[in-house]
Amino acid sequence: MKKIITVLVILITTVSFAQNKNARASMEVDGVCLMCKTRIEKASLNTKGVKSAVWNVKTHELKLIYDERKTDLKTIQNKIVAVGHDTKELKATDEAYATVHPCCRYRDEAVKDDHKEGKENEHDDNDSHNH
Amino acid sequence: MKNIVYILLIVPIMMSSQSKISGIIMEANEKNEPIGLPGANVYWLNTSVGAVTDIDGKFSIPYKKDYTQLLISYVGYKTDTITISKPEMVRHWLQPTDNLDAVTIKSRKQATSKSYLQAANVFTVSSDELLKAACCNLSESFETNPSIDVNFADAVTGTRQIKMLGLNSPYILIATENIPSIRGASQAFGLSFIPGTWVESIQITKGAGSVVNGYESIAGQINAELVKPTTDDRLFVNLYGASSERLELNTHINTKVSDKWHTGLYLHGNTHNKEHDVNDDGFMDMPKYNQVNIMNRWQYTNAEKGFVSFINLKFLNDEKQTGQLGFNPDTDKLTTGVWGSEIDTRRYEVSAKLGYVNPEIPYQSLGVQTAFSSHKQDSYFGLNQYDITHNSLYANAIYNSIISDSRHKIKTGVSYTYDHYDEFVNTTAYERTERSVGAFFEYNYDNLEKLNVTAGIRIDDHNLLGTFVTPRLHARYTPWEKSALRASFGRGKRSANIFAENQQLFSTSRNINIVNTNGTIYGLDPEIAWNYGVSYLQGFNLFGRKADITLDFYKTDFKNQVVVDYENPQEVSFYNLEGDSYANSFQVELNYNVFKHFDLRTAYKYYDVKTDYNSGKLSKPLVPTHRLFANVSYETKKQDDGQHWKFDATYNWLGEQRFSSTETNPEHYQLSDKTPTLATLNAQVTKVFSPKFEVYLGGENITNVRQNNPILGADDPFGSNFDTTFVYGPIFGSMYYAGLRFKI
Repeated sequence: MKKIITVLVILITTVSFAQNKNARASMEVDGVCLMCKTRIEKASLNTKGVKSAVWNVKTHELKLIYDERKTDLKTIQNKIVAVGHDTKELKATDEAYATVHPCCRYRDEAVKDDHKEGKENEHDDNDSHNH
Repeated sequence: MKNIVYILLIVPIMMSSQSKISGIIMEANEKNEPIGLPGANVYWLNTSVGAVTDIDGKFSIPYKKDYTQLLISYVGYKTDTITISKPEMVRHWLQPTDNLDAVTIKSRKQATSKSYLQAANVFTVSSDELLKAACCNLSESFETNPSIDVNFADAVTGTRQIKMLGLNSPYILIATENIPSIRGASQAFGLSFIPGTWVESIQITKGAGSVVNGYESIAGQINAELVKPTTDDRLFVNLYGASSERLELNTHINTKVSDKWHTGLYLHGNTHNKEHDVNDDGFMDMPKYNQVNIMNRWQYTNAEKGFVSFINLKFLNDEKQTGQLGFNPDTDKLTTGVWGSEIDTRRYEVSAKLGYVNPEIPYQSLGVQTAFSSHKQDSYFGLNQYDITHNSLYANAIYNSIISDSRHKIKTGVSYTYDHYDEFVNTTAYERTERSVGAFFEYNYDNLEKLNVTAGIRIDDHNLLGTFVTPRLHARYTPWEKSALRASFGRGKRSANIFAENQQLFSTSRNINIVNTNGTIYGLDPEIAWNYGVSYLQGFNLFGRKADITLDFYKTDFKNQVVVDYENPQEVSFYNLEGDSYANSFQVELNYNVFKHFDLRTAYKYYDVKTDYNSGKLSKPLVPTHRLFANVSYETKKQDDGQHWKFDATYNWLGEQRFSSTETNPEHYQLSDKTPTLATLNAQVTKVFSPKFEVYLGGENITNVRQNNPILGADDPFGSNFDTTFVYGPIFGSMYYAGLRFKI
């Protein structure tokens, strides 16, 4: 019995030193619309080890849950930047930025204005726009 | 959203004679480094004097002595108010926030919404839609819905039956808050036991539906979400009166008990005690009734720990009386003097739900549901007696999680059902117990764009139905913008409660004939059916306004069915299907927002429902091959105080329907092969005075369309040709109603 307890104690302590399987993080990613949302979330989820990625159109906050043993924030950011979305630390290359849909050009003031809050915003639950 | 509102900057506020103060707004970070926030709004409280921060987060704003409160707001950050006592440089850090109660996006929700994303063909009917007609109970809440047909079961009890894909309600799994509830003994009248005001929203799934709620659904699933103590009005009163002298009262009282507990008490009463006989056949056109319906809900919410729980208590007492005018139960019951009927129902329900969502890992959750109901109906119809007691226990546990990432979701769990039936039919007692234990697993793949697939399987061990597997599959593919192509198939299995589901047979002189084949349920075998369907939804713009079109085709194919055969007018027979039985349905639905706040919904439906009866392959009686539906709704613009008008009208056209055979009757009691076509119109006007108070006025069947002789053999109700089941249209003609809704 004593042995078992010792083993358990050792195990528990090692677990607490191990890396977190369900690490949570949040970062700011630039984008303007639900199409961006899909792009950002897909890029994140396509990173091995990312379990959940939810990007908020209004706050630009990307909430992540990922397995620290398999990936880290740097890798995830690189993936996001690769599909053309800026994060706080990393900026997308012009080539990558050029791949986003024209109406998602989040660096463009006119596009930003188009997606302003409070506008009669009639998004359906699909990813398309009403142009 | 970092919109820099340049326009505001371009229009400088001309207040030259005043002093200004300037400052910088920054984003809060751990080291309080001055990282400016461009585009934040800065303005004096209760004034229109404001500014927007520039690219470095700097701003300057006119200053007067009496400006003291400076508001700083920015989407995604907490709005702060700082007190300015003297004109000096302002340095302020904004805290990011998750809760965005400061932001309201104005978009008008559709009253009935279809999903472009879900795998299953689901549409949600919101409370707005339910208000389009004064639906006093769930059976009347489908008036404005093209996918569900509502018709009268017979000419005396006033019971409304619903149909979907050409199949009547026993083939639809009807649940309240995902607990299967209208089944067994409550199949015939259960829809009228859920008051309309208790319903928050309805989800209608066409086709097989999910395996999570059981194996019984064949044509589809209907789930009614009820109002919840935390979200419902503190006080709600609804009063309704109709020209038929039907009165209804609904009261909801919701209150907070503690931080985590809320409770709600919901009372419903309806009464109708006048004898109507518009068609002079000596029979009441609708029953006299009294219903008392009480529900008490307790809701526990603990967001920190991730727990939410509901405990519900329900009690119902419903008394109906119908038959010939002047029927007196005390002297005429079960005699051949005057034909009459009484149906008394008492029902108790207790249900509890417990949900746990891991606050750390939002995609992991666990839910447990349990429900117990006791349903007792004592009734007689002329000389036919029918009593049923049904006690039912249901338990279901669901675990939600993901595999590798949130594109692969799983639901798995176990369920247990127990049903005990005690029936008394004329002189015969039937008793049976059904028990089942099952496990289910459902996998959902969503690639976040074009494809969404739900594949479910369950295995159940049932004491009368045996051990069987129920597979279900739903898939959605989006080939291009605003489209959804869906396909589904699935299997369903159920035991037919032949008496409870076909109570209209008691209001006839027909002999009941069960062709016994040594099956386990009344000597009959369980019903098994496969359902296949495809559906295509396309949204588009027409003349710059939104529109969408849906094409549905569904096929239900019975492997075994308990055939209900009315083809001999002297009897009703129940026997196991030999040969084919199928229901094909095609529907095209077009929704169009003609102009602002004016919506049009139109639909055409085609049904081909055929069964191999003993007398040959025939289409199902009283199912129209063609049906047209149109609903228009218009709302005037809301004024500042919330005042506005709402107008709604619904038109239904039903094509010919087949009457079951009356060939062998004496000529005087013979009917034509087909019913005439039928068109009805309902309309309602609502005047909303304020968010608290509204009044509505409406008419059902305004054009006063009636089926003239709904009762066969009304002149001789105890003769061998008496039959009240040949009903294809309204009996009472037009009815007008008015009501009010008051809420705090």
